[in-house]
Amino acid sequence: MQTFGQLASSPSAASGSRLEQLAAALPKFETRGMNFFYGTHQALFDISLKVPQKSVTALIGPSGCGKSTYLRTLNRMNDIIEHTRVMGPVLLDGKEIYSPDVDVVSLRKRVGMVFQKSTPFPKSIFDNVAYGPRIHGNRNRQSLVEIVEKCLRQAALWEEVKDRLKDSAMALSGGQQQRLCIARALATSPEVLLMDEPASALDPASTSRVEDLIIELKQNYTIIIVTHNMQQAARISEWTAFFCQGRLVEFGLTKQLFTNPVQKETEDYITGRFG
Amino acid sequence: MTSDSTDPAPSAAPAGRMSANTRELGFRLTWGRTREVAIQFGLFLCAVLTTLVTLAIAAVLFVEAVAGPGGSAFFQQVSVVEFLTGTEWTPQYTEKKFGVLPLVCGTLQITVIAALIGLPLGLLSAIYLSEYAAPRTRAIIKPALEILAGIPTVVYGYFALTFITPYVIKPLLQPGAVFKISWLWNIPVDGFNALSGGIVVGLMIVPLISSLSEDVLRAVPRTLREAGYALGSTKFDVCTKIVVPSALSGIFAAFLLAVSRAIGETMAVTIASGQKPTLTLNPLMQIETMTAYIVNVMSGDAAVGTIEYKSLYAVALVLFLVTLFMNWVSQMVLERYREVYQ
Repeated sequence: MQTFGQLASSPSAASGSRLEQLAAALPKFETRGMNFFYGTHQALFDISLKVPQKSVTALIGPSGCGKSTYLRTLNRMNDIIEHTRVMGPVLLDGKEIYSPDVDVVSLRKRVGMVFQKSTPFPKSIFDNVAYGPRIHGNRNRQSLVEIVEKCLRQAALWEEVKDRLKDSAMALSGGQQQRLCIARALATSPEVLLMDEPASALDPASTSRVEDLIIELKQNYTIIIVTHNMQQAARISEWTAFFCQGRLVEFGLTKQLFTNPVQKETEDYITGRFG
Repeated sequence: MTSDSTDPAPSAAPAGRMSANTRELGFRLTWGRTREVAIQFGLFLCAVLTTLVTLAIAAVLFVEAVAGPGGSAFFQQVSVVEFLTGTEWTPQYTEKKFGVLPLVCGTLQITVIAALIGLPLGLLSAIYLSEYAAPRTRAIIKPALEILAGIPTVVYGYFALTFITPYVIKPLLQPGAVFKISWLWNIPVDGFNALSGGIVVGLMIVPLISSLSEDVLRAVPRTLREAGYALGSTKFDVCTKIVVPSALSGIFAAFLLAVSRAIGETMAVTIASGQKPTLTLNPLMQIETMTAYIVNVMSGDAAVGTIEYKSLYAVALVLFLVTLFMNWVSQMVLERYREVYQ
């Protein structure tokens, strides 16, 4: 308990009340009583959550609790799986993203995603980062060069790859590949970054680089991250949502949730008594 | 090995019954080892047999075509230069000429036409089946495509000769002759022609290309597609910019395999494209492929040992070398460009 408390008392989480007000006023994402189904199997029950903007929100919970499913409803990634159904509003800046007039392509341009396994395309490093801008119609070589450099710098990868942008991305190390995927996600200039256990397959050094990167990026982006690593959630997030068996058990400031959880289930989970 | 009594591990036997068990164990081990050796040898034989068949074929071709006893081989009687550069192929005439170019040209025409038809159709149907088709549609189309592969090639040949040439090619290119209206264009089409043969060989290789390509397309990890969608790709973007490029080496290998098949195809082209060696690039004329020539002579009355008979082996050698070369290239491509996914 105390360890988590110490970890959570980062300076950014200290100004809690101000953040809380901000979040209440301007949620980036909001779901109200949202239910989600894989065929007849219900995976999410009545999720009401307001995700504050320009901050890091961590989704934690035991395996199979629905946190990844929840994350994937936010950029409609579950659409590509057959027989899935979302019921209940999912609002981005107050606008329903599942309404028929919403273009999925432009939604996903605004809401980027980074996956657990790094997924470099079998192309050059440059072409990987330039992929997003290109499919969204950017044909200007000079502008692409600028975007690629900017995003690689943001992802703290530029110094390592600037001399070999034409090399295949498959030749990079695991940690570099994951930072490349972050750079690639940034290249479409999204407003939100969804991260599904982005560091779980990385060694400690690479994990720490990715965490630094996330803290850096929250100045400009709303970040929602699924993680199994509670120390990580405590280190990098201002907000934490605890999921269990498809339900949102508790949502609050990371500092509060880790030091003084309201629900018994949350306490059991973060102290390692189950899950 | 599952029950205790047959467990060969000495540690499994209780210490008191050790001496009694050791003898039994010794016997079992010997029997087990003999069986293992026998199995290994049997498997080795199977592997060696296929290699031996290939070597035997190569040896026969070599003896009959390159260097036979008493200078009887084909290339000991006809010069390689004449064979490779001659433009006339008339082994059955009194004045025999052995220029293989007309046969090579015939095979080339069939292969090119078949590739132009088979490759796009095969790849596009593979993309459809792997990326677009709903499971139910796929369950109907995939077996239907595979039936195409099960049709005997002789049927394809008749289909080309009795349907494609008279009811598709001629009405399109020679409407003046079909409808007897003089002002319509009138491009002469032979009854036997390379085009009809090439078309059916193209159809024949569609299932080969589509099923091999579909396998490699489906092997592209789902995470890669999801990453593409997550960047705002449309389905078409994901197909053309991520999935197909990722599977390119496999698709290319499928293409080469299919082209090898087209080069070696025999029955359909013998029936549909004719048996008249012609050095031409006009696909509407009667031609003869290397394979058709072999059928022609084998089913004729060429006496064993004559030069005409020996020429079969020379032609077969060329076919053999060409397909060998194709296989070698496809191996190289696979090794050089294979993407490895963890």
